[in-house]
Amino acid sequence: MAALGSPARTLRGLLRELRYLNAATGRPYRDTAAYRYLVKAFRAHRVTSEKLCRAQHELHFQAATYLCLLRSIREHVALHQEFHGKGERSVEESAGLGSKPVVSHVASRIAVRYAMDCVT
Amino acid sequence: MWRSCLRLRDGGRRLLNLPPAGLTASVPRAPARAYAPPTGGFEINLDHRKLKTPQAKLFTVPSEALAIAVATEWDSQQDTIKFYTMHLTTLCNTSLDNPTQRNKDQLIRAAVKFLDTDTIWYGIEIGSSTSIMGPSIPAKTREVLISHLASYNAWALQGIEFVVTQLKSMLLTLGLVDRHLMVEQAVLLSRLEEEYQIQKWGNVEWAHDYELQELRARTAAGALFVHLCSESTTVKHKLLQD
Repeated sequence: MAALGSPARTLRGLLRELRYLNAATGRPYRDTAAYRYLVKAFRAHRVTSEKLCRAQHELHFQAATYLCLLRSIREHVALHQEFHGKGERSVEESAGLGSKPVVSHVASRIAVRYAMDCVT
Repeated sequence: MWRSCLRLRDGGRRLLNLPPAGLTASVPRAPARAYAPPTGGFEINLDHRKLKTPQAKLFTVPSEALAIAVATEWDSQQDTIKFYTMHLTTLCNTSLDNPTQRNKDQLIRAAVKFLDTDTIWYGIEIGSSTSIMGPSIPAKTREVLISHLASYNAWALQGIEFVVTQLKSMLLTLGLVDRHLMVEQAVLLSRLEEEYQIQKWGNVEWAHDYELQELRARTAAGALFVHLCSESTTVKHKLLQD
C-alpha cells in the first residue's frame, strides 16, 4: 500500500486548494459543495482507534489523488501563464534579457531560466 | 455564477446545494439526504442550465463525488474557460459521447497494447529484458490481464485507457488503480529516463516542470475517475444496543 501520511494533512491540503480556487471569485470556500462533501466524507470515515480500516484507506487514497489533481492543475496553469501563449517578446524585453536574469516566481525555489543562456 | 448538482431519484429532482452567490451562510442548507443507491445519476447545473456534452447529450455521471469534482472544475474557471485544466470534465464527456465509437473490447485492446513496450517490469510472469524490444509476454499473462480488465465497467475502462496512454505503462496503471502506487510515484517511475537526464543536465522549468505537472494532473484525473466510477459507496450505521 502506498504511504499516505496523516488524513488531517491531506484534508488541510485540499482545503488550501479550495481556498485558491475560490480566491478569484471572492466567494467563501466554505459555501462550496466540494467543501461540504469533503468535510462530511472525512468525518464519516474517521476511525476512533488504531484499526486498519480499508474503507478509510480507500477514501484517503482518493483524497490524496484529488489533492494531487488540484495542486498539479494550479501549478500547470501558473507555468502556462508564465511561459506559454504570450507570443513574441517585445524589443525592450529581448534587449533586457542579457542584462539581468529573470527570476521565476512560479516555483517555490528560485531558478534562473536556462533559456537566458541560449539567448545570450 | 453558481452551479449545483441535481440528483435524479424517484423521478423527482432535488437540489443538492442551494446557496446562490451573494447570499450569506444563513441560507438553509440542503436537507439531509438518505443514501439510497442512485438509480439515475447526477447532473450539473451551470447558471441554472443543464450542462451538456459536446454531442448535446445530457451530462450525467454515476457518482456524487465525481459530479461535485466536475462542478468544482467549472466553478474554478474565471474569465476564460480553460478546457486544458478540466480533465475530469473531458473524461466524462468522452465516456458519455464515446466519439470514437469504441466498445469495451477495443478499449481493452488499446490498453493492453502498451504491455509490449512497457519499460517498468516486475514479477516473474513477465520476465525482464536488456534489449530495446522488451521480452515477449506469455499468452497466459495477457489473457489474465484482459479478463481482469473486462471486470471493469465501460466508464472505468475509459479512465484506465486514458491513464495507460499518459503513463505509457500498463503495470504502473494497475499499480495506481489498485492503490499500490500514489500518483506522484507512478509519474516518477514513468519518467525515469527523463528524471535521469534532468539530474545529469539540469531542470528546465518551462519544459520539464510543465510536462511533469501536466502529466500528474492528467494521471490523477484518470485515477480518480477510475476509482469513482468503479466503486459503489454504502454507509452502514451501527445499531445502538442497550
